[in-house]
Amino acid sequence: MKIIILGAGQVGSSAAESLVSEANDITVVDTDAARLADLQERLDLRTVTGNAVSPDILRAAGAEDADLLIAVTQSDQTNLCACRISRTLFNLPMRIARLRATDVMAYPELLNDDNFAVDYAISPEQVVTDYIVKLIEFPGSLQVLEFAGGLVSLVAVRAVEGGLLIGRPLKEIRKHLPKVDARIAAIYRKDSPVTPTADTVIKPDDEVFFLAATRDIRQVMSELRRTDKPVKRVMIAGGGNIGFRVAKALEARYQVKVIETNQARSEWLAEHLSESLVLRGDSTDEKLLEGENIDEMDVFLALTNDDENNIMSSLLAKRRGAGRVMALINRRSYVDLLQAGAIDVALSPALISIGTLLRRVRRGDVAAVHTCRRGAAEALELVAHGDRKSSQVVGRRIRDLPMIEGAHIACIVRRQSPGSGRQHGEPPPADSQVIIPRADTVIEADDHVIVFLVSKRLIPRVEKLFQVGPGYL
Amino acid sequence: MAGLLPVGNVLGRLMMVFSLAYVVPIAGSFLFHDGKAAEFAWAMLVTMGAGGLLFFATRRHYRELKVRDGFLLVTLSWLLMGAIAALPLNLIYSHLSFTDAFFETISAMTTTGASVLSGLDHAPQSVNLWRHLLQWLGGLGIIVLAVAILPLLGVGGMQLYRAEMPGPMKEAKLTARIADTAKALYLVYAGATLLCMVSLRVAGMSWFDAVCHAFSAVSLGGFSTRDANVAAFDSPAIETVLVVFMFFGAINFGTHYLAWRGRSIRTYLLDSEVRAILVVLVAGCLAMAAFLHSSGSYRDLSTSLRHGIFNTASVALGGGFASVDYTLWPVLAPLLLLFLSSFTASSGSTGSGIKMVRALILLKQGFRELHKLLHPQAAHQVKLGHAPVPNKVVLSVLAFLFLYLASVVGTAFILVATGMDLTHALGAALACINNLGPGLGTLGPAGNYGTLTDLQKWTCMFAMLLGRLEIMSVLVLFTRSFWRK
Repeated sequence: MKIIILGAGQVGSSAAESLVSEANDITVVDTDAARLADLQERLDLRTVTGNAVSPDILRAAGAEDADLLIAVTQSDQTNLCACRISRTLFNLPMRIARLRATDVMAYPELLNDDNFAVDYAISPEQVVTDYIVKLIEFPGSLQVLEFAGGLVSLVAVRAVEGGLLIGRPLKEIRKHLPKVDARIAAIYRKDSPVTPTADTVIKPDDEVFFLAATRDIRQVMSELRRTDKPVKRVMIAGGGNIGFRVAKALEARYQVKVIETNQARSEWLAEHLSESLVLRGDSTDEKLLEGENIDEMDVFLALTNDDENNIMSSLLAKRRGAGRVMALINRRSYVDLLQAGAIDVALSPALISIGTLLRRVRRGDVAAVHTCRRGAAEALELVAHGDRKSSQVVGRRIRDLPMIEGAHIACIVRRQSPGSGRQHGEPPPADSQVIIPRADTVIEADDHVIVFLVSKRLIPRVEKLFQVGPGYL
Repeated sequence: MAGLLPVGNVLGRLMMVFSLAYVVPIAGSFLFHDGKAAEFAWAMLVTMGAGGLLFFATRRHYRELKVRDGFLLVTLSWLLMGAIAALPLNLIYSHLSFTDAFFETISAMTTTGASVLSGLDHAPQSVNLWRHLLQWLGGLGIIVLAVAILPLLGVGGMQLYRAEMPGPMKEAKLTARIADTAKALYLVYAGATLLCMVSLRVAGMSWFDAVCHAFSAVSLGGFSTRDANVAAFDSPAIETVLVVFMFFGAINFGTHYLAWRGRSIRTYLLDSEVRAILVVLVAGCLAMAAFLHSSGSYRDLSTSLRHGIFNTASVALGGGFASVDYTLWPVLAPLLLLFLSSFTASSGSTGSGIKMVRALILLKQGFRELHKLLHPQAAHQVKLGHAPVPNKVVLSVLAFLFLYLASVVGTAFILVATGMDLTHALGAALACINNLGPGLGTLGPAGNYGTLTDLQKWTCMFAMLLGRLEIMSVLVLFTRSFWRK
């Protein structure tokens, strides 16, 4: 696939890094030659220095025969214009734009072919915000990923002494929760995967990934941890783009305090937030934290755009008695260093938002791609198409499918009423059935199948399995 | 030393792939019944066995190559491939010392074309085929070929490519992936070589001679199947074909690729390097012809033109074919030819020397300094075509030029110190570093390098390697910080 990425910032370079290994021809365009040189030094791709909305630059980047344009520069205007230009001049088949301003997304007609010609708009800030809000809704979770339009969730939790299932084999989960269907998708013990079987025993400190219908999540979590007390008070350090959105999303249900250094910005925050308390000050100032009762906070979120600041203020908050601390950390090596240490959850914005982007690049009908464990594992939601003749999966029992070492089917979402003329990319209706499959479960056409992979290297093989043969129209 | 193991692993794979090249002389040997197939088959087995052994012994140490591994790998693989390619020569010519055989193969692979062998006219065909094939492989580079066909080099491929490809600005890629770029370059190269073969056949060579000379013409090598070189054919048609394809070889293969993809000859005309080479070459050829005519070297104007044009083009582009012994011309002529040979080739081509792009940058930088004297406040940027040349490139070109001159002087000094006279030493130093081949005096096109002492031969080999890998890639191995952990 020939892909042009506009913008070599955080999002652009992590997209390039994720895509370059999968036999894609990638060209990155940016105005900053030094940043591009650095990227080209690390990755096997081509770079073009220049303005992303210049037709000449786009042509030099190969827009004439590219398959996909990913416009992720800092500026919404540039991204929108680049999509329009590449559609008009080069007839580029698929265009994805990053949009910071969410109000544009409220008017889908602006993005259609007659106007800005954006096939998919993504807002990394919004994706990160949703992700953080979910982590707060499920106290104790390390990662909450949604599939099938929110019907099914994949949750990562750290097992804690005192949870009901700790120290017992997995098959007992059925005894504890007779009405709930849940599947343990993966267990990581000291950073290496343990294949879950019926007799596997969960130990304290294991990182457990389980899949269940979203409404059952809380019950399953209580199996693995002592019931965490629900969150009441949240402190957010940094009222930038993400900090503001998170505060806005949380302030109706929780007591929210926002700390912001910049005078003008804090005034702006105070104007635009109705319930939250905006504090002007430095989040690494321990007097301020003490004065605002940091020890009473259930969650402390460090969301400034400075990695070091976020790390220091979370460490400080933890030391001063905050319940759970989460920090936004851009640099990947820091994320690996700090997760599960003094900081409860290290959030990598690039890894979180990349999934929404990557699913557009996948072959076949992929409804969702999520990265787990900082990129070590992946969860894919694929839609099975075709019939017994044209597809390698439809009409077959799971035990008859070709085995791929390290990949397994964790869940199937099946619509109750047979769908008629289902649109590509549309989530299944809310009344669909969530099936935790057994070896003799038969996959039907239009099923959403959620596959858990221990390595991203397996993705192409799984995709290939789900592709329909040439006989299917 | 443990740092060498991952490089050793890749070297092992390279050797195994390289051993496939022996198929050509073996096939040639069967075709012409020269009875040397056994020797080449032995060399093939040894190469494959040694490569396999190296590969298996170090397979546990394989990892992604780092920048410094790249330099080590490139220089080591040129040395190692040269050494194993010398094996069949040693087996066939029992009187040949290892130094001589190694000299022949290094000279071939660096496309220098200086030979220690004589009696080429009666040499086994497979030997000639092997020498010419080595020139062809060395022309665009063995590592670039490896990057094109071996997926194993992965991300490190770009570093390797840069360590081997000539030119000051190597960041520009033709395609998104380095393997595709290398493939595209080799496609153009192979296409041109095929065309050259057919043209030479039409111009009157036998198929065998056409194949051999096509290998050494497009790669700007200069080996011939005859002791008397191209003069043995005495055919203006053949000389014309050779000049055309040598000119092709001296142009950046990236430019060829773009021109071919865009189906447009304009690509060449827009390239400032191509234009400069064309101007220098035409002016040089005509000046040489006029000089020969006025100095009375040849009786009629058309002979002056013919020899003036062919030898000037051949030497200036770094090929090293000769249609007459031009060292017998008045002394200004061979000196001018050696001078032209040091810069008349594009970056990214099969030619060597300073490269036209560097000469242009230095010339423009010179004018920029003059301009600054008159307008101290002027903001002035060196430009090539319409693109500005960053100052750091100008600086690296200056550093390159210094190292180039130092290498020429150093090589000449060693040759003089070991007993050569100044004319021969200077000629040999330039001929080796520019990967030209024939030097001055007895080292000219009529003579050969067989008369040198062993030390002088090794000095020349080192100079050839310096010239082919553009000095920096080799010299970096001799810096202390390279070996420091």
